[in-house]
Amino acid sequence: MSSSNGHLLEVNNLRTYFETEDGVVKAVDGISFLLKRGETLGIVGESGSGKSVTNLSIIRLIPDPPGRIVSGEVIFDGQDILLLPPDEVRKIRGCRIAMIFQDPMTSLNPFLKISKQLMEVTQLHLGHSKGQAYEHAIDMLETVGIPDARARVDNYPHEFSGGMRQRVMIAMALSCKPELLIADEPTTALDVTIQAQILELIKKLKEETRTSVILITHDLGVVAGMTDHVIVMYAGKIFEQAKTTELFARPGNPYTKGLLRSVPDPTSEQGKLYQIPGSPPDVAHLPPGCPFAPRCERAEDICRREFPPFVELTRDHHSLCHFANEVFAASGGTPENVRV
Amino acid sequence: MTTAPSNDQPLLSIRDLKVHFDLSYDAILDRVLRGGVKKRVVKAVDGVSLDIFSGETVGLVGESGCGKSTLGRAILRLTEPTSGQVIFRNLDLAHLSAGDLRQQRRNLQIIFQDPYASLNPRMTIGQIVGEPLETFRLARGAAAEQRVKELLETVGLSQRYIKRYPHEFSGGQRQRIGIARALAVDPDFIVADEPISALDVSIQAQILNLLERLQVQKRLTYLFISHDLRAIRHVSDRTAVMYLGKLVELADSKTLYDEPLMPYTKALISAVPVPDPKIEATRQRITLEGDVPSPINPPSGCRFHTRCPFAIEACREVEPQLLEIKPAHYAACIRISPSEPHIEDVAPGAAPGLELNQKAESQKL
Repeated sequence: MSSSNGHLLEVNNLRTYFETEDGVVKAVDGISFLLKRGETLGIVGESGSGKSVTNLSIIRLIPDPPGRIVSGEVIFDGQDILLLPPDEVRKIRGCRIAMIFQDPMTSLNPFLKISKQLMEVTQLHLGHSKGQAYEHAIDMLETVGIPDARARVDNYPHEFSGGMRQRVMIAMALSCKPELLIADEPTTALDVTIQAQILELIKKLKEETRTSVILITHDLGVVAGMTDHVIVMYAGKIFEQAKTTELFARPGNPYTKGLLRSVPDPTSEQGKLYQIPGSPPDVAHLPPGCPFAPRCERAEDICRREFPPFVELTRDHHSLCHFANEVFAASGGTPENVRV
Repeated sequence: MTTAPSNDQPLLSIRDLKVHFDLSYDAILDRVLRGGVKKRVVKAVDGVSLDIFSGETVGLVGESGCGKSTLGRAILRLTEPTSGQVIFRNLDLAHLSAGDLRQQRRNLQIIFQDPYASLNPRMTIGQIVGEPLETFRLARGAAAEQRVKELLETVGLSQRYIKRYPHEFSGGQRQRIGIARALAVDPDFIVADEPISALDVSIQAQILNLLERLQVQKRLTYLFISHDLRAIRHVSDRTAVMYLGKLVELADSKTLYDEPLMPYTKALISAVPVPDPKIEATRQRITLEGDVPSPINPPSGCRFHTRCPFAIEACREVEPQLLEIKPAHYAACIRISPSEPHIEDVAPGAAPGLELNQKAESQKL
């Protein structure tokens, strides 16, 4: 199963739980996926779906306590990150696996010059001398399109706009030429015109460096334009997993279908917008059976009673639903393997 | 300035409204650090005119810092306008006394963006929704409680929630409470300031549908402020685009989305990701260079000239007026005119709208 057959990252049955006053929250509950080199994977979900916790688990940044990676494997280039000693993980994190977070305002240190923050990365991981690191920092700022990089490198974070700060974050993340870039809602805090710039930049840099990317977002539009594969998460589970084009054309899960239909389509005149009833679930108190059943228009008795199977619709397309084949067929798909 | 889709009187008429924030309070700092006092004024809203008609939804779209929320707040005088008029049923709200304004506020309400910050955590839902009834002496005691229960039902919440506190509710439910509070006084006009931005995707659709249903049931008029073009296009009859304190384009929402005139609007629309991989793979994006300039010292002339791919020398000097380029379709750009509305077809360096712009400017003075 494991080892590197073209896969950079292999996550198997990952479970991350949090101890809270309300009881155990199963934030991530049995997630498995593969990521090839040079590929972009989108993870979509609403708040509390576990999409961020999944990625914090991959780089072992789960605060323990209250969080705990209960089980699973995170095999990165043949090594299980979850079994490595902390200082080995530290060598990978920020170097071979880099991260960009949502809020560029809070992820840079306001007291340190940009140069200092950029140099730190390469001095630590690549053993650069001060001079080398400084030049490298300027190179990186140029790569991410910061005008007049030599003059700006000694500025403080507050002297940059939100979009520019996110560029600095990207420069920092790409400093050591990572093999995997995890971008957690990288454009959510930005305006649309700036978002377009940043997404273009990530796309361009990805193509140049063949870096694999995991892009976490709640915006289906961003996923459509940026990713090769998509995972839809709900209540800590993967609800659907498919090639991006396939997922949008032939969704095989009622939740995905509902999400796609509830986004206003600006190109068409539509009356009432489709709405998924109810709210995202309280993960500490999940109902028995399918966690989406209380909001699902297709739910039947079995959905409220039994946890749904993860159905293989085609080789690359899976859906967590008792009626996955029917939903898939209704979207125009032909299930290859009918085995519920 | 703007003409109506019909010939009725507008319900609300904004005339040359300005909201300037004086930053001279740090004059001492200026003296110490910069060797002299500089007059620094943020022109958040700088001469906006807009008519809003009864029963319609006008969408107001723009990037952060463009002044859209300040405009919404200035209409209700939650932020004091610097100059200009806000005429509501023949009354100029911008110049009413505090007492008279308070009476008028019954007719104009606002729904805020952040459903976490806009509800008092120490008040029960019943108190929050019932407070406007008390303030305006509309109902008290059992009658008030009955009315609150009705309001909760109207926005899709159970009456049982009346004794609960805001922290017991999700973001979407809190936004419903905010809507119930706005509806308590039976207003005619509601400013919805980014009402769905803080909500999950599946909840956004619920709130949009609720607002649309209420509009029909209660004959409401909305100013819907958002940075989300998809939502604006869906809910609004007409859409106004704002950039650095000014309206730059105004038209019927479908027209504005399908055939925008302004380069800024085009870029804004093209920047919105479409949830369809086939479209995303093929479409050409107009990517704007740079950031929105600071509203403290906005660029001269057309404020968009620093980022506009079509800018010419004259754009730095002439301040464009919002003019009717096509029937009921307004734009502020000197490089287009009613006879040459498409900027791509205009000869390089030409500014066919210049003459019309000068005429409009002289009429204004």
